Amino acid sequence: MIRLTHLTKRYGKFTAVDDINLIVPSGELFGFLGPNGAGKTTTFRMIAGILHPTSGTVEIGGVDVLRHPLQAKARLGFIPDRPFVYDKLTGAEFCRFAAALYGQQGPVVERRIDELLELFELTRWKNELTESYSHGMRQKLIISAALVHRPEVIVVDEPMIGLDPKSARLLKDLLRQFVERGGTVLMSTHTLEVAEAMCDRIAIVHGGKIVAHGTMAEVQEQTESEDMGLEDLFLKLTGGMHDQQLDTILDG
Amino acid sequence: MTPRSSIRPSLATVLTPKWLTAASRLRQEQSGSGARIVLLSLVALVFWVAVFGIAYRVLHYFRGVEEIGNLMAGKMLGVILLAFLSILLLSNIITALSTFFLAKDLDLLIAAPIGRSRLYLAKLIETIVHSSWMVALLALPIFTAYGIVYHGGPLFPIVALVAFIPYLVLPAVLGTGFTLVLVNVFPARRTRELLGLLATGAVVLALVGLRFLRPEQLAQPEGFRNLVEYLAVLRTPTSPLLPSEWTAAMIMNWLLHVADPWPIIKLWIAAPVAVALGGLLHRRLYHPGFSKAQEGAERKIRRPLRGPLVPFLRWLPPSKREFILKDLRLFFRDNTQWSQLILLAVLLMVYLFNIQSLPLYSGERVPFRLVTMISFLNLGLAGFVLAAVAARFIFPAISLEGRQMWLLRSSPLDPGAMLWSKYWIGTLPLLVLALAITIFTNWLLHVSEFMMIVAVATIVLYTLAASALALSFGALYPQFGTENAAQIPTSFGGLVYMMSSLSLLAAVIMIEAQPVTAMLRTQRFASQPVAITPALIFAALLIAVVCLTATIVPLRMALRTIEKMEW
Repeated sequence: MIRLTHLTKRYGKFTAVDDINLIVPSGELFGFLGPNGAGKTTTFRMIAGILHPTSGTVEIGGVDVLRHPLQAKARLGFIPDRPFVYDKLTGAEFCRFAAALYGQQGPVVERRIDELLELFELTRWKNELTESYSHGMRQKLIISAALVHRPEVIVVDEPMIGLDPKSARLLKDLLRQFVERGGTVLMSTHTLEVAEAMCDRIAIVHGGKIVAHGTMAEVQEQTESEDMGLEDLFLKLTGGMHDQQLDTILDG
Repeated sequence: MTPRSSIRPSLATVLTPKWLTAASRLRQEQSGSGARIVLLSLVALVFWVAVFGIAYRVLHYFRGVEEIGNLMAGKMLGVILLAFLSILLLSNIITALSTFFLAKDLDLLIAAPIGRSRLYLAKLIETIVHSSWMVALLALPIFTAYGIVYHGGPLFPIVALVAFIPYLVLPAVLGTGFTLVLVNVFPARRTRELLGLLATGAVVLALVGLRFLRPEQLAQPEGFRNLVEYLAVLRTPTSPLLPSEWTAAMIMNWLLHVADPWPIIKLWIAAPVAVALGGLLHRRLYHPGFSKAQEGAERKIRRPLRGPLVPFLRWLPPSKREFILKDLRLFFRDNTQWSQLILLAVLLMVYLFNIQSLPLYSGERVPFRLVTMISFLNLGLAGFVLAAVAARFIFPAISLEGRQMWLLRSSPLDPGAMLWSKYWIGTLPLLVLALAITIFTNWLLHVSEFMMIVAVATIVLYTLAASALALSFGALYPQFGTENAAQIPTSFGGLVYMMSSLSLLAAVIMIEAQPVTAMLRTQRFASQPVAITPALIFAALLIAVVCLTATIVPLRMALRTIEKMEW
């Protein structure tokens, strides 16, 4: 379970995340949608303990991230939007290091690493330095590393970027099955079809605030847009490009 | 519409992001903690005053020596500028690889309609600023001392600047040209590794060459047949073809009112010609080199580095053990890191050779007090070497985690455990080095048992503090965006660290020297038992307190900084 209570992040006078309240219970895949700069990544980084909130609290599995960071983080698997890994480690070494950070080691972990790398088709490259990996391979490696310690909660920021269709499908199936087994997933994505197909509930964030949230039907009802698809609804709530503006730019 | 061929951005436009970045960094610094700024200013002031003070004392002494004083002052300036020149060349070679081939803005700049010469000039200016600012800061108090002692007058700063600018440009052009050729032969990633070895080789040759010049001969005039021969040696330029000699000559000519236009002509013809030739080389080789720079990732590992070390680290919890193993793997698999150990080994050999060549046991009986004084100087030199090694290998430790910090911060890894691992992984090898240098050099100097104990205890305490300072200043001034590990110690934080650790070294030696010297005055022979005075005990305790404070306080500050850090 993830609980955000009055979560706020300010940078000087700019408010990146503005008083967000949200509960994602166990067994739910929650989609966090919003335009660029809406505050999604900042929220995720606060949940992962990478950024400190200006005010408010974050709980993972009922444990406060600020008060008990180590216990809270032990339950979390965080997959960032940019797959930065140590260039001079091999894929297997990176996963082993990630497991050790969660206090896990030994033959069970080794088997788990092998299974995950096999699942993401990285076995052939597991003993090669990650500096030779493509963007997609790195993305699959950090997903494997986030799963190696069997987290209760997964927070995943833009997971589909760089993945080929086969890997993207694999990840969708994996996240769905993870929540069916009682896990919690909070995911951000710009691919609205993915969100519509995968998520149990969604929140649309704009200017650091949640402007609508619930199931697809609930969001349609809240915004009085019963006949709209997610893309139109998203543009209605976050402001789309007007034809006149397009004309100005293209015609000069 | 404006014709597209005329829409070429000016040099100032290309450099705009750099100016803006520097200005915004300065604003961020200024808006930071007031106490930190005061502390920084104080450390900088102490360091500058110390450099100025030493230069002033030496020059003042030279000024008073008839006939040869001025020659000695010129010779000293030439040697200082020669040393700076080798640092500048090495620094430019390393920096050019980042600025010309690995920088993040290159995709944008190369895709834009920027002329090749303009791109070359913009990147050359960036390289000069990055690689030369520290040398310029160091040169400032030295030039100031020359200007004051020799009454340079109000125009002296302009003269010094006119002499210094081409002096900085020439090694930058040479260094970037060297890197340009190298990248065309090897892909940039491999070049980065090769550069370490090549640059090391170049410095090794320079050091050995300098050693064979035997500069100590100048301090022993009795070795020359007569004064005329000694004066002839002093008058002969050490390296007439190098810009360091021209710069030194131009400055000394101004200070001694000698009307010789050749040095300024040489400098101001050589620099533009070098830039023009560098531009031509860039025009021919840059684009194929840049294209090659995008290739060449290494695939296979050569050193798995697991089996032999694990038994020694078994007692540690898995997170600390894997953290240490990870750092060791990253270090030994990156040639740019370990290749500089070769340079260190050569430096140490030259250092030990110098200690051995000291004319202390050349037949005449030498008072053991003199040996003890030299042992103190040796302690200072060993401390300097250790501080420099810590700057290179420990200071970058936190910065090198930058991009991967998401993993460390989102995991339940205790920041204290990370700091602990980083501290000991850097400190243990440094302690071994410190003990080896101190014990071996003191053995070469035949110092007394008491002095050996003093030196060993001091160097152990200082090493603990120096590595804590290096790690902490590395955390306080991280360089997360730097592509090149060798560049990290040349940052502002690196300079502040060096100033702090050298100030600590000076403080330790000052506290220690007075009571030890006083005690030695009462002791006539080395075999006489040592009388432990209250002043000696107080000094020992004070050094322990100062060093342990300089170890614990910075580490705590670093821990707080890491805990508060945001990415």
